[in-house]
Amino acid sequence: MRFLFKTDYAQDLRLFQHGGQVFWYGLLTLLLLAAPFAVGEYMMSQLHFICIYSIVGLGLMLLVGFTGQISLGHAAFLAVGAYTEALLQARGVPFFVSLPSAALLSGALGWVLGLPALRLKGIYLAIATLAFNVIVEEVIARWEGLTGGNSGLHLKPIELFGMKFDGDASFYYLCLALTVLSILGLMNLLRSPTGRAFVAIRDSEISASCMGVNLATYKTMSFAISAALTGIGGALYAHKVSFISPEQFTLLQSIELVTIVILGGVGFIHGAVLGAAFLIVLPQLISIAKDYLPSNVAGSGLQAVVFGLVLITFIIFEPLGLYGRWLKVRTWFELFPFYRRGMFRRQKSYMKSERLR
Amino acid sequence: MSFFKVESLGIRFGGVVAVDKVSFEVKRGECYTIIGPNGAGKTTIFNLIGLLYPATSGKIFFEDRELTNFSPHQVADLGIARTFQNIELFEHATVLQNLLIGRHRHRRTLLWQELLFTPSVRKAELAQREAVEKVIDFLDLAKVRDSLVAGLPYGVRKVVELGRALATEPKLLLLDEPSSGLNPEETDDMAFWIEDIKRHLGVTVLMVEHDMNLVSRVSDRVLALNLGSVIAEGTPVEVQSHPAVIEAYLGKAA
Repeated sequence: MRFLFKTDYAQDLRLFQHGGQVFWYGLLTLLLLAAPFAVGEYMMSQLHFICIYSIVGLGLMLLVGFTGQISLGHAAFLAVGAYTEALLQARGVPFFVSLPSAALLSGALGWVLGLPALRLKGIYLAIATLAFNVIVEEVIARWEGLTGGNSGLHLKPIELFGMKFDGDASFYYLCLALTVLSILGLMNLLRSPTGRAFVAIRDSEISASCMGVNLATYKTMSFAISAALTGIGGALYAHKVSFISPEQFTLLQSIELVTIVILGGVGFIHGAVLGAAFLIVLPQLISIAKDYLPSNVAGSGLQAVVFGLVLITFIIFEPLGLYGRWLKVRTWFELFPFYRRGMFRRQKSYMKSERLR
Repeated sequence: MSFFKVESLGIRFGGVVAVDKVSFEVKRGECYTIIGPNGAGKTTIFNLIGLLYPATSGKIFFEDRELTNFSPHQVADLGIARTFQNIELFEHATVLQNLLIGRHRHRRTLLWQELLFTPSVRKAELAQREAVEKVIDFLDLAKVRDSLVAGLPYGVRKVVELGRALATEPKLLLLDEPSSGLNPEETDDMAFWIEDIKRHLGVTVLMVEHDMNLVSRVSDRVLALNLGSVIAEGTPVEVQSHPAVIEAYLGKAA
């Protein structure tokens, strides 16, 4: 077991708390950097998707996991990011302008969606965001003059300062870099006053307000940052699939994005990445499993059933998600043989003050 | 100039008059306590001061500024902090993080600086941390500094909540039943701290409390409420022996 002796306040501000973390994350970085030389085309493609969905997952994690606001409309921001990128690229705008534009436009829309969030809570907010998703999807399908409607849009590979990101490896490094930057940005935010204000809103709006947190400002800010990250993910997604159409950004897509957050572990940055990896790997596992299953079971509906089962299983047995499970396993080994079953059980919360709204 | 003044404050919820024309004034540096039987409107007054409810009538002045012109989150910026009767902490954060939220009104950094965690943010964070450590020392919270609030016993949470309010460096501290749910020893500690807050930190305390031992020990003046109206005001001894107060608590002799 590791004991951390703290002698300086700056120690708590470090991104890596001890040498072990530096070692393991360093190793992970090396492996990720070496991946293009070691794995085939198919695995590279999976890694692209994992990076893209991680960025989106991080955006959604900020909103759901750290600010406590639900959104069933994030596919709309993914769409806005993707279409902004596609349309700007078609007009010859360079990537270093179009990507920030995609983020900004998504962020602005996120800010707009954040406005009803000031009055709505829980299930009602979920319905409002869901409606937003449907509206955006519909607008994209109908605005044929701009978006090409249901026949969709094609994208060319990214060009940046004369470099073409058309190879698997180069696009992978771009996605990886943006993922790492997103993670660092989010970690920085969470160790600063703004991130703490988000967490305060998640845990108790009334006392956050009494501590001077302007609920309206911070909720809309959280929506905006979350949407901007999702927009970046959307722009990369558009380049990855190189053809976008409205049916890629339906409600089902939004639910898949929420699944990332829940499976990964609500309230953990690791959760967004683990959830994204799980979401990408699971369909492959299912298709492998299909070869060994009787043909009447291995139908086309199998994937939906397995997804549903996995989601329900996690919500019932591991509400802390994959990262929560990992924490438990790690603690078990660290404390062996003294681990107790109830260690991670959340203590029943004491009665809250009478709810004022 | 008056420090804190409430003038004929009132609120009605439908047909129920919860607070009716309550006026009082708190002087800088004193400990002023509101007592009264259940349902007298004590906590409602706190919620009115925190602007969590809109007052139906009356005015609240803090350092000659009318409070009702502000919005709820600005009350903390003016220098009023409060605790809650049933504890409203950020459960899934550590004690340290909870206290750091108390520093929210002292933040000076911008969003882009925080995203990059520039040296100015680092410096500001270290300064916030030092301010919080003073509160941790003051309330003897060092041993639970890094524990999650969700795992702490009730008595400690009460102290953490007091600490979070103190971390805002308030001029006026509103304590809603600081001793409720505490055992006699913890209540004793709480009394010491309230006295220290008043004497050493120079913070004015406005308190709602039932425990008359604690009230008479720390308060300078007491206001007794019943059914939303003031029935007596004065020193703890005066109020305790006031016939209207005795009647409100024990009923009229047959």
